[in-house]
Amino acid sequence: MKFRKTALALASGATVLALLSGCAGTSATTDSTKPVTQAEIDKAMNTPTTLTFWTWVPDIQNEVNLFEKKYPKIKVKVVNTTGGAQHYPKLRAALKAGKGVPDVAQMEYDYIPSFTQTKSLLNLEPYGAGKLKSEYVDWVWNQVANSSGVWGIPQDSGPLGTLYRDDIFTQAGLHGSPATWDDFAKAAAEVKSKTGAYITDLPGNDMFQMISFFWQAGAKPFSYDGKKTVGVDLDSATDQKVVAYWQDLIDKNLVATDPDFTDAYYQGLAQNKYASWLVAAWGPVFLQGTVKSTSGKWRAGNIPQWTAGANVSGNWGGSSDAVMAATKNPIAAYELAKFINNDESSTLMLANKQFLFPTTKATLSDPAFVDQKSEFYGGQQVNKFFAGVSNTVDKKFEWLPYMDYVNSSYTSTLGKAIANHGDLKAALAAWQQQVVNYGKQQGFTVK
Amino acid sequence: MTVLSARAHSARASGASARGPRGSRHITGAQTRAAWVLTAPFLVVFAAMFLAPLAYSAYLSLFTSQLVGGEEFSGLANYVRALQDPSFWSGLGRVALFLFIQVPIMLVASICFALALDSKRVKGGRVARLLIFIPYAVPSVVATLMWGYLYGTDFGLITQIFHAVGLPAPDLLSPQNILGSTMNIVCWEFIGYNMIILYAALRSVPDDVYEAAEIDGAGQIRIAWSIKLPAIRQAILLTIIFSIIGSFQLFNEPNLLYNIAPNAVGTDFTPNLYAYNLAFKNQDINYAAAIAFLLGIVIMIVSFVVQTAINRRERQS
Repeated sequence: MKFRKTALALASGATVLALLSGCAGTSATTDSTKPVTQAEIDKAMNTPTTLTFWTWVPDIQNEVNLFEKKYPKIKVKVVNTTGGAQHYPKLRAALKAGKGVPDVAQMEYDYIPSFTQTKSLLNLEPYGAGKLKSEYVDWVWNQVANSSGVWGIPQDSGPLGTLYRDDIFTQAGLHGSPATWDDFAKAAAEVKSKTGAYITDLPGNDMFQMISFFWQAGAKPFSYDGKKTVGVDLDSATDQKVVAYWQDLIDKNLVATDPDFTDAYYQGLAQNKYASWLVAAWGPVFLQGTVKSTSGKWRAGNIPQWTAGANVSGNWGGSSDAVMAATKNPIAAYELAKFINNDESSTLMLANKQFLFPTTKATLSDPAFVDQKSEFYGGQQVNKFFAGVSNTVDKKFEWLPYMDYVNSSYTSTLGKAIANHGDLKAALAAWQQQVVNYGKQQGFTVK
Repeated sequence: MTVLSARAHSARASGASARGPRGSRHITGAQTRAAWVLTAPFLVVFAAMFLAPLAYSAYLSLFTSQLVGGEEFSGLANYVRALQDPSFWSGLGRVALFLFIQVPIMLVASICFALALDSKRVKGGRVARLLIFIPYAVPSVVATLMWGYLYGTDFGLITQIFHAVGLPAPDLLSPQNILGSTMNIVCWEFIGYNMIILYAALRSVPDDVYEAAEIDGAGQIRIAWSIKLPAIRQAILLTIIFSIIGSFQLFNEPNLLYNIAPNAVGTDFTPNLYAYNLAFKNQDINYAAAIAFLLGIVIMIVSFVVQTAINRRERQS
């Protein structure tokens, strides 16, 4: 700190700016952990208040309108941050500057530790969040809660399944999605030789798909104690098994390795280059929007299993709404985050209008959601199917407080090896090494 | 707007002081004060918008920050780390390669176009001039997206043409080819821009010089080589310096190509892209500031060396 002050005195032009950023880190308020009473809630919700809400869910104003109707005294200013790539840097900049921080912010599950580590999120337990636990799917709840508190209200999730082209599979003599990964490899050979298509695409740019495969295989690559200790176990036997499996398919040229969510990828889907997509519950709606021309030819099935007869899935994606610790209106902010993701009419609207895959047990069993039949999937009740998958997701999965780095490191290690058809096992080890080194360099104790 | 008006202020201020001493040689105290007052708006904006951010990032680069433990002063540690960082050097190597291959191709093409248009022997010269210049008017973001579609490995136009002719299509987005593909985009964007600078310089050479040369029996090529090129040497130097800076600062094109060829571009394709990823993905703003400063120093050195080398040759000849 002494050096800092001298340096500050020297750089007079920069003083104001530097001060702004220098003092911010400690502004997080950790209020009492005493439960908030109903009287306090009533008072807060009847006091004229303006809340700021950062999110990139399209048309969320509709759900916010429901909230404002219920609590006419509370006004919500919705800021659409357009997506994670802009959202988190913007949020971090506001936190660093110590002003302009929203009251409520959308927060993907894998980002929560990064913001609890900096004490930027409000513990929602004293505000009554603990009581919501039973209303949510258990593994989803584990994504927002740990032993020290509840850090967000789950909004959407992505249990993993197989979306496949029934026409291509039938042409290859297959019936339904492969039950085990062994079956999937055999099916890949059939599909390639009889139809010329790849059974699927394994992109080198999508860490979260790979992690969902690890998750499904039962791996626990990350852990974080909420303080200074992280665990990195990417190079585990389970993960090695997963990458060795894909190595085999890549070497035999039975899977494509194109980057996903690109124009070329959508064209590949539309033009029968890939016969299936191993994707989360948000995948079905995505396909309907991007490859309309293949309507009626798709079906949803379970993700292949490592052990015959088992029924385990993983998760890919999903987010919550968190309350920022810097908020001046913690009660109203919590009520907003809760209402959007807990009120029946709001969650059903999120599920049916914005196509966010639900997290509450109520919506996952609501006929208005699960009984819909999809023409795109030949009349299959895709929502009902994925609601079932949601119950089979492996319960406990943790993240590191620096997933941005883990992600960019993936692109230059394991992802690169996938794209270049290189040595996946060596690349997995390199990824592990980079993630460990970064953790140490950032001052964490790495187990 | 503020910068513009500040410039206008300072222009007016210099005009006033030029007119002032017409009568006497002395500059009075009042005049000095007036000059300061009149240039003050510019100086304030200059200091706030240019010097302060520069000083602030220099200041930032002297600290190291950790997610655990926060920020502490570390002197030149970030610079030492950068000099040992293979990602920084490989990015620098890539832009150096870019400089030595793309810049000559682009400038030779620009010079040829400018000379051809200036010779007045091209039919529809105005239309040609406009067509060559139009790519510069297309934002580089749009240009990169457009080329990205053309390069597409399965359904891109180039691939389809190759398939139509019955040839195997090259993968223009592979790690081996991505640098060449980027060079092509930058050439497409900037040939017209450089051509316009050079063409404008050529137009300002008086015509009687050419007439004299023609009377002496010089052909068009001889005129171009011995008269036109030496006459626009300063303009060529300008385009070279701009291109050097542009090459080292390469960012937009690789950053956008990252979306369609993520593993080929990676996070450290160019030093600028690396600094950006360090700051916003790795949350290492201090180290990113050091990388940016080092890059600035490299650009200054290279620009200076090129400029003095060319000027020295000019003086010798």
